[in-house]
Amino acid sequence: MFDTKPPLLEMQGISMHFGPTKALDSVDFTCEPGEVHAVLGENGAGKSTLMKLIAGVLQPNHGVLRVDGKEVSLGSPKAALRLGLVCMFQELSLVPDLTVRENLLLGAPGAGLGWLNSEGLSKAQEVLNRIGGENIKMAARVADLTLPQRQQVEIAKAIMKKPRLLILDEATSALNASVVEKVFELVREERDAGTAVLFISHRFHEIEALADRVSIFRNGQRVATFMNGEHDYGEIIDLMVGQKIEELFPQKMPVLNDAEVVLEVLNFSWDTQVKDVSLSVRRGQIVGLGGLDGQGQAAFLMGLFGLLRKTDGMTSIAGTRIEIASPKAAKHQNVALAFIPEDRKTEGLILDQSIQENLELAALGRSDLDAGDAALYASSLEQLALKHGGFGLPVSSLSGGNQQKVVLSKWLALKPRCLLLADPTRGIDVKTKTQIYAILRQLADQGTAIVLLSTDYEELIQLCDETHVFFDGAVVASLSGDELTPQNIIAATLNMSAQVEADRA
Amino acid sequence: MLNYMRSNRREVIAGFVLVTLLATYLGTHPRGASTYVMTIWANQCLILGLAACAQFFAVVVRGIDLSVGAVMALTNCIASYLLDGSALGIAFGMVAVVAAGAFCGLVNGLIIVFGRIQPIVVTLATASIFVGLALLLRPTPGGAVNYDLADAMTLDLLGIPTALILTTIAVVGFWLPFRRTGLGLGLYALGSSEQAAFQSGIDTRFIRLAAFTLAGLFGGLAGLFYSFVTTTGDAGIAAGFTLNSIAAVVLGGVLLRGGVGTLVGALAGAFILKTIASLMFFSGIPSLAQPLFEGLILAAAIAIGSADILRARNKLEVFG
Repeated sequence: MFDTKPPLLEMQGISMHFGPTKALDSVDFTCEPGEVHAVLGENGAGKSTLMKLIAGVLQPNHGVLRVDGKEVSLGSPKAALRLGLVCMFQELSLVPDLTVRENLLLGAPGAGLGWLNSEGLSKAQEVLNRIGGENIKMAARVADLTLPQRQQVEIAKAIMKKPRLLILDEATSALNASVVEKVFELVREERDAGTAVLFISHRFHEIEALADRVSIFRNGQRVATFMNGEHDYGEIIDLMVGQKIEELFPQKMPVLNDAEVVLEVLNFSWDTQVKDVSLSVRRGQIVGLGGLDGQGQAAFLMGLFGLLRKTDGMTSIAGTRIEIASPKAAKHQNVALAFIPEDRKTEGLILDQSIQENLELAALGRSDLDAGDAALYASSLEQLALKHGGFGLPVSSLSGGNQQKVVLSKWLALKPRCLLLADPTRGIDVKTKTQIYAILRQLADQGTAIVLLSTDYEELIQLCDETHVFFDGAVVASLSGDELTPQNIIAATLNMSAQVEADRA
Repeated sequence: MLNYMRSNRREVIAGFVLVTLLATYLGTHPRGASTYVMTIWANQCLILGLAACAQFFAVVVRGIDLSVGAVMALTNCIASYLLDGSALGIAFGMVAVVAAGAFCGLVNGLIIVFGRIQPIVVTLATASIFVGLALLLRPTPGGAVNYDLADAMTLDLLGIPTALILTTIAVVGFWLPFRRTGLGLGLYALGSSEQAAFQSGIDTRFIRLAAFTLAGLFGGLAGLFYSFVTTTGDAGIAAGFTLNSIAAVVLGGVLLRGGVGTLVGALAGAFILKTIASLMFFSGIPSLAQPLFEGLILAAAIAIGSADILRARNKLEVFG
């Protein structure tokens, strides 16, 4: 027996790797018309890569894509659009310096290089009106819109293209509940008209409300596909989490409750992105910061290190209140903070300079240290086992993991009292991860206070003594001891407790 | 109206400055606001204006074109051979001159797009090549341009300087419709956010190629009009025009980071720059001190244009 109609989209044996990291590992995946298919998975599970392949932004290393049973190669977004595969990206695809109207015209079906007709605009306006965007002016510059408004325009732009397959990648992340409901109404209508919808969201109740089928991804593989409702929240989280890998992590050491408080922050706020955050870190303690991307935790670390202007709140180091106005002030011996930034390639290193020069950068400008003294770096480099072909080579010649080791060593040379790390293991191989965990543990045992921002909840559980979870700029949960479980962290990450209450109200 | 002015504030500011400067100039000029004065002023402005248009197309896609002046020099030298003789020959000559400019731009674009080399490097190299060709054509200034044609292009029509009429045609006949085409919007999309443009299904390579070809085409137009004004070919004009074209687009509110600005702004910037130069000429400032004052005015204008950075609350944005 065989189906008379092939699926709208069929992916077979798709693999995608970036250097040594495998983002997708021989994945099979199908989409049927007239169905909302939700895709779930943790950060780095491969969801976004999958969507980018379908949208033609990336091309797979291996595997076959078929549309209506015919093999296709999607070399560019244009090719995907021509087949009716429309993606609404998480990173918005609107041009900031153009107006709403111009952005819609650019994306309109059949828009070429010639005269643009405004036929589709009325449809887009209609969509905007339906999803609560009637206040968005067509003549407004996109850069002047708020994030939710931009998402509404993105949705209108996508619907305007009359998609056969519509990908919604975190399409509603910034919208409030009533607008989300209107968007869902629209999506259901599209589905009933025969459109296939791929839906990515971190909000469980949205998936429950909208999806027909659910697929779960973990570590670049599709681990399960089932009809919506077949598994409950707990089972789904277990599927997403998978096997534990405790042996990666060193043994936790008990922190003395009377250990000296190294860093204390009270009511820290900045712009609208960080709201009233207070926390303290003791000698030898590793404090985790969790949450989805962009909930304010990264801005909080930047603010502590003097990178933000006009911050509110009080910061004390070892009981002395101080104002940290710049990274130079933050690394001064009286403060002795160190910050490992999120993007090592642009913020942590100068790629074209040699390893030696990069190592010396942090120590330069500290009057009590001689940046040229190799002994400053020797012990941490040895412990991290930096693999290199000579200190004179540019740092860009190293692999990602080894680059991160250089960033770490450069700051450890200052013997910081408190070490701030922004997702130090993102995109790094397992072996380097273990080495980084080991050195963090050792530093903590020697009395360094550590603040570790991570998107990997395993790190928050296995490495941290206490974890603060951020949502929308504020700390929504502080977990320690037995409370540190994947279920609790994921629930707090999605602000589930608050969500449930809001739904009841 | 207020909204329109706010969203086009750069052009509005440039226009306001231009009107003030022009009024001062005509007020202080010994011969006042006569057609004669206006015509000479408008001719000088339009030469630089067309060069600024050329620069605009490179800058709006987040590039820069250091060969604008060189293209002008080359096309000017070609024009000094072709723009004389029969009417048909001259008509062909004008088309050939502009086509030569567009071809130079196409070469730039091809190297930039397919060689994946930065525009600043590519156009620095091709600028030397174009000037070299121009020098082969005209080792010393010379040649001739049909006087009747030159007069028709550079005098006045019913008291209105022809150069201003040509400027209006460029804006109303070319720019305003062009802005509403896919290509016109694509230029901005590419300069503002290449990633967003690519994800919206725009052929970014073609757009970049088209932008540099248009830059060459306007360089050719600038060279052609320069020939009408001077009626000779001169290979030595490149350097001054390149730098001034960059200064003009910046003055006209076109951001060097790409994606912001209009052709009208570029024209206004060029007109402002030339008006300042003319003002200096009659102001009694010693001619040796004029570059100093021009530089100070330019620096001040650019500083005002980038005052936005003071509002950044994340210090890392300053380096973006």
